[in-house]
Parts: sequence; C-alpha cells; structure tokens
Amino acid sequence: MAAFTHPNHGKYKVIGTRPIRHDGEDKVTGRARYGADVHQPGMLHGAVLRSPHAHGRILSVDTSRAEALPGVRAVATAKDLPELPDKVMASGEGIENQRYMSTRILAGEKVLFKGHPIATVAADDPWIAQDAAALIEVKYEVLEPVLDVLKAMEDGAPRLHDKITATLMGKKEQVDSNVCLHTRFQAGDPEAGFAEADLVIEREFRTKTVHQGYIEPHHATALALSDGQITIWTSTQGAFAVREQVATVLKKELSKIKVIPMEIGGGFGGKIPVYLEPLAVLLSEKSGKPVKMTMSRADIFQATGPASASASRVKFGFKKDGTIIAATFWAAYEAGAYPNIYGMMGAMCVLAPYKIPNGQVDVYDVMTNTPKVAAYRAPSSPQALFGVESVMDEASKALGIDPIELRLMNAAEEGEQRIDGLKWPRIGMIETLEAARDSAHYKSPAPSGPNQARGLAIGFWVNAGMQSSATVGINMDGTANVVTGSVDIGGSRASMAIMAAETLGLKAEEVRPSVGDTDSIGHTDITAGSRTTYATGHAVYLASLDAIEQMKPRVAKLWDCDPAEVVFEEGAFRSTKNGQEPMTVRQLGPKLPATGGPVQGQGSLMATAQGSGFGLHIADVEVDPDTGKTTILRYTAVQDVGTAIHPAYVEGQIIGGATQGIGWALNEEYVHGDKGELLNTGFLDYRMPTTLDVPVIETILVEVPNPGHPYGVRGVGETPIVPPLGTMGNAIAGAIGVRIRELPLSPPRVQAAIAAKENAAGKTEAARETTAKPVPAQS
Amino acid sequence: MKPLQFSAPTSLDEALSLLSGAGDGAGVLSGGTDLIIQYREGHRALGQMVDIKKIPELNVLEFDPASGLRLGAAVSCAVLGEFAPARRHFPGLVESAELIGSTQIQSRATVGGNLCNGSPAADSVCSLMVLNAVCIVAGSGGKREIPAVEFMTGPGRTALQAGELLLEIRVPPPPPNSSDAYLRFIPRNEMDIAVAGAAVALTLEDDKRTVKTASTAICAVAPTPLMVPEAGAALTGAQMDDAALDAAARASEAAANPISDMRGTVEFRIHLAGVLTRRAAVIAKNRAAAN
Repeated sequence: MAAFTHPNHGKYKVIGTRPIRHDGEDKVTGRARYGADVHQPGMLHGAVLRSPHAHGRILSVDTSRAEALPGVRAVATAKDLPELPDKVMASGEGIENQRYMSTRILAGEKVLFKGHPIATVAADDPWIAQDAAALIEVKYEVLEPVLDVLKAMEDGAPRLHDKITATLMGKKEQVDSNVCLHTRFQAGDPEAGFAEADLVIEREFRTKTVHQGYIEPHHATALALSDGQITIWTSTQGAFAVREQVATVLKKELSKIKVIPMEIGGGFGGKIPVYLEPLAVLLSEKSGKPVKMTMSRADIFQATGPASASASRVKFGFKKDGTIIAATFWAAYEAGAYPNIYGMMGAMCVLAPYKIPNGQVDVYDVMTNTPKVAAYRAPSSPQALFGVESVMDEASKALGIDPIELRLMNAAEEGEQRIDGLKWPRIGMIETLEAARDSAHYKSPAPSGPNQARGLAIGFWVNAGMQSSATVGINMDGTANVVTGSVDIGGSRASMAIMAAETLGLKAEEVRPSVGDTDSIGHTDITAGSRTTYATGHAVYLASLDAIEQMKPRVAKLWDCDPAEVVFEEGAFRSTKNGQEPMTVRQLGPKLPATGGPVQGQGSLMATAQGSGFGLHIADVEVDPDTGKTTILRYTAVQDVGTAIHPAYVEGQIIGGATQGIGWALNEEYVHGDKGELLNTGFLDYRMPTTLDVPVIETILVEVPNPGHPYGVRGVGETPIVPPLGTMGNAIAGAIGVRIRELPLSPPRVQAAIAAKENAAGKTEAARETTAKPVPAQS
Repeated sequence: MKPLQFSAPTSLDEALSLLSGAGDGAGVLSGGTDLIIQYREGHRALGQMVDIKKIPELNVLEFDPASGLRLGAAVSCAVLGEFAPARRHFPGLVESAELIGSTQIQSRATVGGNLCNGSPAADSVCSLMVLNAVCIVAGSGGKREIPAVEFMTGPGRTALQAGELLLEIRVPPPPPNSSDAYLRFIPRNEMDIAVAGAAVALTLEDDKRTVKTASTAICAVAPTPLMVPEAGAALTGAQMDDAALDAAARASEAAANPISDMRGTVEFRIHLAGVLTRRAAVIAKNRAAAN
C-alpha cells in the first residue's frame, strides 16, 4: 500500500524546509542569556531553608539568629504570605488550589515532603544567605510519611491533609482521605464483553517516580519597587503563567507585574509551576533590592514536580480474530503533597488508541509525601500505556497475530467515540501504524541472536490548544518581525518565522521571530501541551492575514483601484482585473509610509481544535544475561505530526521524547530512604541516558493534516515519550523470555528476573544433568 | 560556606610546609573532581586548598624497562592515556583511568587523586593493586613507600598520615608474556560509578596458553578494593578453561562483602564480582598472548 501523502504536498514554499534557526548562533556560541545570566545592580542572593523531614508539623520557626547575621537583608516565612481562599485556579496543564499553592511555596503548619520550603533569606552573597538559612531554628513534630500510592490509599495510612475537597466520580465531597480525585469513564458493558471474549489477559503494573531532568536549574530574579511595580526574570515555560501565579499567591494585580522570560534550558512540563519567583518578590519587597534565587540539582530533584509513580491493573478481552471486545483499567497515580489531576489525564489516554466497545476506567489521584507532581511530556500517558501495550504484546503472541496488524484492526479512527466522551476528529493512528508496518526497520529481519528481540508499542497524547497572541510588523523594506508570547523551547521561533513567511510570501530568513515579555504581547498560555506550533502558529497565521488585509488598501491606492479588486495569492498582491504586475510584500514595504503608515497585524485566539498525536516505536535490543544490561541495537520512531513545519525540529522533538522515554523505561527512578527522604538527588544516581546509551533514533514523519489548523499542524512534542516504556518492556520480554511488569527495567531487576527463570528451569533440568557427561573444557 | 586559603606551591618543600599542621582542614587539590564537589556540597570543611599541579616532582611520567612506570600524583588520566608505554604494558591500568567520569573529567582527574579519595569504587585502584604498584609519599619526616594494596584503609580513608602527600606511583615492569585488564559494571555507558569492578593481571608461560601467575582484585564490593588471591590461584596453571574461570569467579563472589544501596543490592554485586572477574581474566589472557 502506498504511504499516506499530505494533501498539500509540494504546494508549500517555506513550510517543510529546514532553515537554520534564528536563535541558533546565539545558543551554540553560549551568548544566549538564561536565568543564571541575570545580574542587576545591587543584587542580593537568596537561599531557602527546606524541611529535612518528609512529613511533620511545624511547632515553631525562629528567624532571629538569621536576621542578626551581618549581610542578611531580608527573611521571609509563610507569615509573610497573604491568606488565600480555598479556590481552584487553572495552571497550565494542571490545576492548583490557591490555598495549597501558598503552603506549597512556603510551608505554614505542616511540611509535606523533604525539601518543602519553610523560610527564605536574602543576603549580600549566596554564602551568607546559605549560612543564614541554616541559622533559622525550626521545631517539628515529625510524622510518619507515606510514599507508596497503594499504601496511601489504605484506611490507616498517614493523612497529609486533615480535610480535603475531593472530586469523586464528578461529585465534590469533603473527605478525610489521601485520594483527591477519582475519575471514572465507562462504555458499554465490560462484564458482558469479557464473557464473550475468547482470550482475557489481566495484569498488574508498577512504575516509579521520575523527574523531567531539564539541564538548566530553576532561577528567578525579582525587583519590587516601592511603588508596587514588579519585574521578574526567570526561565519558564510561560511568562504569563508565572505572572498569574505570582499575582495570585501574593495578591497583586496582573498589571503590576512584568515577567521577562529568559532562554530556557529544558522544561518538559516541570517549569510551569512557580517555586522561587514568589520568594524572590517577597525578599525584594522587604529589602528594596533585586534578589536572585537559584536551585541546586538536589533542590530540583527533591522539591520540584516529578512525574507520578503509578500502580495499575489492565484487563483486556479479545475475540479469536484479535478484535478487542472489552477493556478495563484501574490505576492509582501519585499526586505528590497536594491535590492534583494527572491521574485523570492518564484516564483520558489509556484506552484512547483503540476501539473499545465495552470498557471502564477507574483512576485515583493519591497524595503522598513527595513534591507535588508536575506535568512531564504527555503527563500520565506513559504509565497508562506501558500496561496496555504490554498486554497487547502478550495478546499478539497468544493470538498469533502480528503486533502491528493487531493494533491496526483495533485502531481508533475519525468518528468513533473515545471512552471519555470525545468524538474523534481526523486522526492519523491508522496511517502511523501502516507507515511503521511498511518501514525499512520493520521489514528487516528481527534480531535473532541469543538474548535479542524486537519490541514495539504505540503512544498517544491528547495535546492542548489554549490561548495565544502574536503580532506581525511589516518593516519598511518589506521584511517582517513576528512577536509571540510563547517561550521557545524546541525551535518554535523558526517555526513561527516559517508560518509567517509562508503566509506573507517571504523567505524564512526575511522574518525575525522573537519571544515577547508580558508587557509586549497579548496573553499567551504556556509552551506546553504540544500547543505552541499549533496554537501560537495559528495566531501568527491570523496576524499575518491581518497584515495582508491592512496592506490591500495600500496596494489599491498605488494601483488606483478598488481595494476589493486586490487579492493576495501565491505570495503576492494581485489584481482581479488584470493589468497590474503582482506586487510582493518586499516591494510594498518601502511604499507603506506614503500610503498610510505602519502596518502591524494582530492575531489572538483560544485554540480548541488541536489534533491528537499517535506514534509507534520499534526497538531491537540485546540483553547481557550476566549483568541484565540492555543495549538498543536499532530504534525507529514513527509519528503522525500533522504537517512538519520545520522537519528538523519535529524530528528533534521525537528523538528527545524517545530518549526520555527510554530513560524512564531502563534506569530512571526515585529511590527513597526509610524516612521518606530522596536518596538519589543528583544525575550520578538518577540515571538519565547519556549519548552513549541511545542509538541513532530513526524517525518517520507521517503527515495527516489537522483540519483544525490552517497549515494542518498537530502537536508533536509529547507523544514520543509514551511508546518507549512499552517498546522496551516488550523487546526485553522477548529477549530474556520473561516479562517484567515493573519499571525501571534496570540491570539488577532484569538480571534477577533471568536468574529466577533459570532457577525455576534448573530445578527440572538438574535431574537430567546428573547423568550427563561433563563437557570437555575449551582453552 | 567559609572562605578558604588557596595556594599553588611550586616546590615540594613549600607544599609540605603548607600541609604540615593543617590537619583535615587542608585539602590537596590535584584534578579536584572529588575534592571541589565535597567542599561545595558541604561534605568536607576546608580551611585551605593546596594545588599540587605546579610541583615538578608530581608531574613525572616515565617508563623504564628495568624499573617500570613512574606516575606522578598530578598526572591526569588523559595524559596517562596518551602515554604509549603505559598503553602497551599496562592496558588495564590505562583503561581503568579512562573510565573515570567523562572525557572532560579525565583531563582533570588523576590516578593519584583516585587513590587518595579512598572510594571503595575507585576504578584505577584495583589495577594498581594487581600490578603490585607502590605509592611514594612524603611528609615532614621524609619519604616512605606504601604498597597500593595497603593504601586504602576504609571508605574515604587511606594510609596517609596527617601532613603527608602522595608524590608518585611506581608500577614494576611486567615480565614477558604479561598483561592486565579492568572491567567494571555500570548501568549506563559513561558518567557513572562502578556497581562492581574487577582487575586481573597475569603472566603466561612461554606456550602463551598456560597461566604462570595471576592476580585479581575487585572493587565496589567491600569497604576498600580487595585483592582476591584465591581467584588468582584458581587461574594459575590453567588455560582459561571454564573450570578455572568458574573457580576464579566463585572466589571473587566469596571474597565480595558488599552493601545494598541505590547502586546495587548485595546479591547483584556479588554476582557481578564473579562475572567481571571471569571476563577480565579472558581479556587479560588474550592481551598477554598477543604480546
């Protein structure tokens, strides 16, 4: 079958090309300015006193010795934060109750995780600030912590909060529980479905807490003037989200705060919540000086949002021909120390890739004595689909059906209803599976040496829309400046320039893209949810169209015709009455002053037509049976990307996501001590993959355009972290002949599984070996 | 964090006088890849830091067929790795030095520092032990020799007395038909610390098949790197047959006395001590046979 072809293939002039990114030289030469590069005259340095206990009641906080230390300019505690209502605010991809947000930022009555901030100090240098923080005396009543999600659900488990407002199957209730959210979706009659099934597989899975692991630590610098004007420099996924959170937690008006987003060294969902920004503002207000705060790597691991650990049970029923007749999913997701909704996101994703006539999903968000969980690239989908794709792999073997064919025959498609109620728009699940089936990798023989195997799994993410703004200014030489409010994490400046250039008939190099601060552009939501190229790209398109509309009367003036006779087609203004040579934006630019002055296009929208993303990854692996270590021999990632605006950055997103997923699958995990303290607080013992641990990741871009975007863009960045968990699990199960249902598939765990299998086999073989002759030794 | 006194003496006498009487408050800075981190993370309080890289005696790197290798305490792993006689005669020592950290780290880190840091997981120390290396140290009382096998006394502890400085490491010249190998296990492929490690040095008979002498050591499986004489004995006189390799592996497993921590369990580390001993022995033998 011929591969699916984008309907506009070959029609675009700039979209689909690979110009050098506009911010490239700045970054490769080290000139780009990140949070750590901020220096202000008279700047103080902040430090944070953090809880040494995972769970405890604060009996007293005495800051007097810290305040007396020479060089200390300000000390703040929870008493300096305003009282906030028990009210939920949307916060990027998550939600946050204002009252809990305040106590998360500075603990008042209780500390809920090791590393929970209790007080903060500003001093003349960072060393004085650290020494002063150590002089603050805190008395605690240490309480028993609970870290495991299943234990936290038990009746007698330690409670993090006395009474919480939980949402249980849609109803808000006051409960005394660590369960803050129970999400249920249903379709058909699962019991009847399983009764009809020829094959039922039910399995339990566990995954550990993992961290986003961005290379750049959190930083924030704030200057609060006595007139109430506040400026914040920070590296964040959303300048407007920082402004909103700081305004909420410190009870300010938005217009009093300006947030300047610095370049960002990775976020992956973890740089959406504010941690240091409100502290820097508090300290600046108290000291009258700019205050810079920075986190150590240990602070980041133990006090910023990781991704949920999970426990799940997956049950699938199949007909003999491979059709899924019923499926259920039960899971508990770690919420961290405060109410959270990431489990719900797993509930939305878990059964979405397949047609499920009878199904039920029950997912619990469970609070534990760990930092509040934050988004991590397709939040909660990897944990859910690890289980589902492991079961699909077992089913493919039990039914004797090729694993891609099994997925194809059950693939979700346009018009079908998802279990959470959404009706699928045009999606590219089938085209992705077909491209994978037809790929050179899948057509090559699977590795057949000892301890080698091939594995594959799919991934899915809903993607986000949300609010974006852009302006397109036409310069007097006809080039253009694009300003958006979206922080550039993955090459979005280049993508914005390409979409503006395509719309305006310019070259990508003729467009200068930049990221505005909160004073220079309209409200724009976070760079997250795989939404930037989709939603902010749409705003850029609207702003470009607006500029074109404003330029049409100028052209009409020059041509002395009715503006209605001027159209913009194929990169130039043209007359519908003929007789005029087409005029490009470059040609018109110098004539703008004489025809009415500057032109600036505006584009703003609440985007809601994001296309969801599907991917399938294939891995060939070899496991060292003596050490349990896995080597990836070949890896291919196939994904429906809608339209690849700048294919190099689309590939980069897929490669980056796959790499993070591989790390999650193989080695990454939070390791806690008996008292709930995180033991591996650095990159030595929190093992993300290095460049030597992943092979070249081959990418195959499938382009099924999203009808909800003028250029067919679909979110790309999050989906690729989902498939590697199942892919590695399935490949390793094939290689060692035993399936491990708990992540990570680290060498000790894999080696132990091999040893257990051999011991079990050895007991039956031992009898036979007693009569066998010894094999002559080879030299 | 308190300010500290930094000095970079250019003579041994000057360095020794700075160190004498300073006790634990003086940190000897070679590459600094351990010391600076310990200082910055508050694990080690220092009043002064003495950089030894400018002292000529500590930068010696020589090989003499009669007297062997002289490796100054300030010579970086990267420089050692580019020293052809070391690569030829002690490939196991060089490979252990080139496993420490990353390429960038190896440009700073030294084998001497690896010894003095006293980590039970120190990669190069196993290699020094199986090669019968000797450490030359100096203090206010003059110079003395400490065999590499006696240098480490516990986690983070060494045989160095207060005020003493490691000058150089001497590795005796290898007999004909000799070679060595070092292997460690890490979950990733770089930027990691051994979960377990094993070094083997051996000499073959003139048939280049039979092991004349062998010595093995293991690391990260006990409070200090350990010699395993029983493993060496198991290999001696044999031709790397499965029985001899199995016996050597069992000997390393029996000698291993690890702890469970986040880098590995007791069971996994004991198992690895055997696997790595076996594999390192085969590599050392193949190298010696090719000499």
